[in-house]
Amino acid sequence: MSIEAHSTDTHDLAIRARGLTKRFGQLVAVNHVDLSVPRAHVYGFLGPNGSGKTTTIRMLCGLLTPTEGDVEVLGLRIPAQAEELRRRIGYMTQKFSLFEDLTVRENLEFLAAVQDIPRAEAAKRIDELVEQYHFADRQKQLAGTMSGGQKQRLALAGAVIQKPELLFLDEPTSAVDPESRRDFWEKLFDLADAGTTILVSTHYMDEAERCHRIAILDRGVLVADGTPDELTQSLAGRTLEVMAKQPRRAQQALLGVPGVLSVAQIGNALRVLNDANGDAAERVRKALADVGLEAEVSASHPNLEDVFVSSTRGRDDEAVGATTPGKAA
Amino acid sequence: MNLRRLFAIVMKELRQMRRDRITLAMIVGIPVMQLVLFGYAINLNLRGLETGIADQSNTAASRALVMDMVATGVIDPTVSATTPQELMEDIRRGRISIGIVIPPDFERRRFEGREAVQVLVDGSDTVVQSAAVQLAQVPLNTRPTTNLRTSATGQVGAGQVSVVSFYNPERRSAINIVPGLIGVILTMTMVLFTGVAIVRERERGNMELLIATPLSSSELMIGKVLPYAAIGLIQTTVILVLGVWLFDVPIRGSLLDVYLAAVLLILANLTLGLLISTKAQSQFQAMQMTFFVFLPSILLSGFMFPFAGMPRVVQWLAEVLPLTHFLRLIRGIMLRGAGLTELWPDVLALLGFIVVMMTLAISRFRKRLD
Repeated sequence: MSIEAHSTDTHDLAIRARGLTKRFGQLVAVNHVDLSVPRAHVYGFLGPNGSGKTTTIRMLCGLLTPTEGDVEVLGLRIPAQAEELRRRIGYMTQKFSLFEDLTVRENLEFLAAVQDIPRAEAAKRIDELVEQYHFADRQKQLAGTMSGGQKQRLALAGAVIQKPELLFLDEPTSAVDPESRRDFWEKLFDLADAGTTILVSTHYMDEAERCHRIAILDRGVLVADGTPDELTQSLAGRTLEVMAKQPRRAQQALLGVPGVLSVAQIGNALRVLNDANGDAAERVRKALADVGLEAEVSASHPNLEDVFVSSTRGRDDEAVGATTPGKAA
Repeated sequence: MNLRRLFAIVMKELRQMRRDRITLAMIVGIPVMQLVLFGYAINLNLRGLETGIADQSNTAASRALVMDMVATGVIDPTVSATTPQELMEDIRRGRISIGIVIPPDFERRRFEGREAVQVLVDGSDTVVQSAAVQLAQVPLNTRPTTNLRTSATGQVGAGQVSVVSFYNPERRSAINIVPGLIGVILTMTMVLFTGVAIVRERERGNMELLIATPLSSSELMIGKVLPYAAIGLIQTTVILVLGVWLFDVPIRGSLLDVYLAAVLLILANLTLGLLISTKAQSQFQAMQMTFFVFLPSILLSGFMFPFAGMPRVVQWLAEVLPLTHFLRLIRGIMLRGAGLTELWPDVLALLGFIVVMMTLAISRFRKRLD
C-alpha cells in the first residue's frame, strides 16, 4: 500500500492538496484551496481568525473529512490513510491540549507510550527533550501550573517526541510573550534544519516573514502563496509613505480616493497601499493638495502586511475601508 | 490492541484521579453516606406477587381457600407444584416470592384448629413478607354452614395459616437494602465517572491531541474503563464491610459470586457511561443523561418498589436496566445463598448488555472531529 503511495511523483512535496473544500452547513470554511508544501520547509499559514487556518490543518492531518478535494500528505491519501499518517506527524493544537493535571515528565511519558516508542528508548528521548526544551528543573511540575510560554514549549516537545517527518503547528505562539516567541522560532528552525517539514499557522506578520514560504488565507480562500520576498516584490511601487502635519485629516482625505486600498497610521506617518493602476504617488499628492493639506509623499518598501491587505481587499469591495483604522475611528 | 498504549491510558487516568481530591473523596464518601442514609427503608404494601401453590389436599374447601387468597389481590398464582420442596426451590431461583402449601390433611387440621396452611415467603424482600402476613389473615372458613371449632375470641381460623419466612426471619429491612445499595451506588458512580471522563477531555481540548495519535478507539475506551472498574470493586468492598459490620447483613452465597456479580454490573454501567460520553457535548449533558438512566434504575429495578407490583410494560422497561438484573443476582447470592449458575438468566442479560454497549460505544467513537 505504501509502496504504491511512494511511487508517485510527489516525493519532494510533504503536502499536496487540490481543491480542498470544507463546508459546515451553509458556511464554506475552506474554499477550493490548492497547496504545495515542499519537504524540510517552514511553511506559514497567514490569516485572521476565522479564515480557515485551523480547519485546513485539521483536514491535512485527517481529523476532519474534506467536503471536496484531493489531499496527499507524506505520500498518503487523506483521509483514507489517516491512521497511517498519524504515526509520522506531530500536531500541536491551538489550545494547550496536554494534561494540566499531569507533570511535565508524565505528559511526555504518556505521549511516548501512545506513540509506541519502546520503554528504554522513550526514557532516553524524554531526557533529551527535557534538556533541549529547558525543563530539567521542572520535570515534576504540573503542566497546568506553568506559564503560557512554558506550556507551549512543552506542547512542542510533546509533538516532536516521536521525531515526526511533518509537524503541524496551529497558532503556537498566540498566548506567548515576544521573547518566548523568538526562542520558539529558533526551535522550529532547528527542526527544519534536521529535515522536518513544518506547517505553522499564525496571525503575526513578523512570524510569517520568517517562513520559507507562506500562504495567505482569507475567509476560506487562498489569496496569495509564495516566498515572503516574492510576495512583497509583487507590490513594488504600490506602497507610499505620507508625512503630513495633520495625519488624521490626511488619512480621511485619502480614504475616498479611487485606487487607494488602505491608509494606516504608523506613528506620525501614513502608510498608503494602492492598487496597480496608474501613478499612485502622483494621485495621492494631488488628492492631498486638493484639500489643502501639506504632505511629503515618498515610496516605501512593501511588507507582508501590505501583501496581506492587498490580497484580501482586492477580493471584496465591501471589505474596503471596513477594517481601515481611519474609518473605524 | 497494543498493551503499552492501553497501559499508558490506564496510568494516565490513575495519575489524574490521584490528584483529583473531590473524586477520590466521592469514591468512598458516596457508599458510606448512602449506606447510612438508606439503612432505614420504606415498607410498602403490594399486590400481584408471583406465587406458587401446592394444593396437596385438593378438596372443595382447599380450592375455596386458594380462591379467597387470590381474591385479596396480593398473590398471582403463576406456578402450581405438588410438594413444598418444589416451592422452596422456586423461591430460591427467584421464580416466585410466595409459596402456599395446603397439606393432604388440610380438612382434619382445620377442624382440629391446628395450623392448616403454610405460606412460604421469600424474606429477602421485606415488602413481600408483610404481604404474606396479610394472606395469613384470610379466614379458613368462608361457609357459615360449616361446623367449626372456633377460638374463644370468635376469630374463626385466625392463627391457622402459619407464615414461614425464609432468609430473613427477623424481617430487618437493612438486610434487603444493603445488597441492593451496592447496585444503586455502582450505577450512579460508574456511569457518571466514565460519562464525564471522556467528555471532560473533549472540553479541555485533550481529545484533539489523543485522536491525532496512533491510539485506537478500543485502546482509549478500554483504558478508560479499567481504572474505574477497580474503583467499583473498592466501593463494593466498602459497602459489604459496612453492611456486615453495621447491619449484620448475611453473605450466604459465595463471596466470589458476589464480586463476580459486582464486576458484571460495573462493566455494564461503565460501558453505558462510555456510550453516553460519545453522545454528550458537555459534562453537564453527560450528567443529565446519567440521571436519565439513574432515576428509573432506582425506581423500577425493584430496589425501592417490588418488581412484581409494577405494570407489565414497566416491567419490560425495567428488564433493560442492568440494576434490575443485578438486584436479582445479589439478593439471590447474599440472602438466599443461590449460586451464579442458578441465576444464569440475569448473568446472561448483563453480559449481553455489556457487549452491546461496548460495541456501540467503540463504533460510535470516531477519531475525527466531524
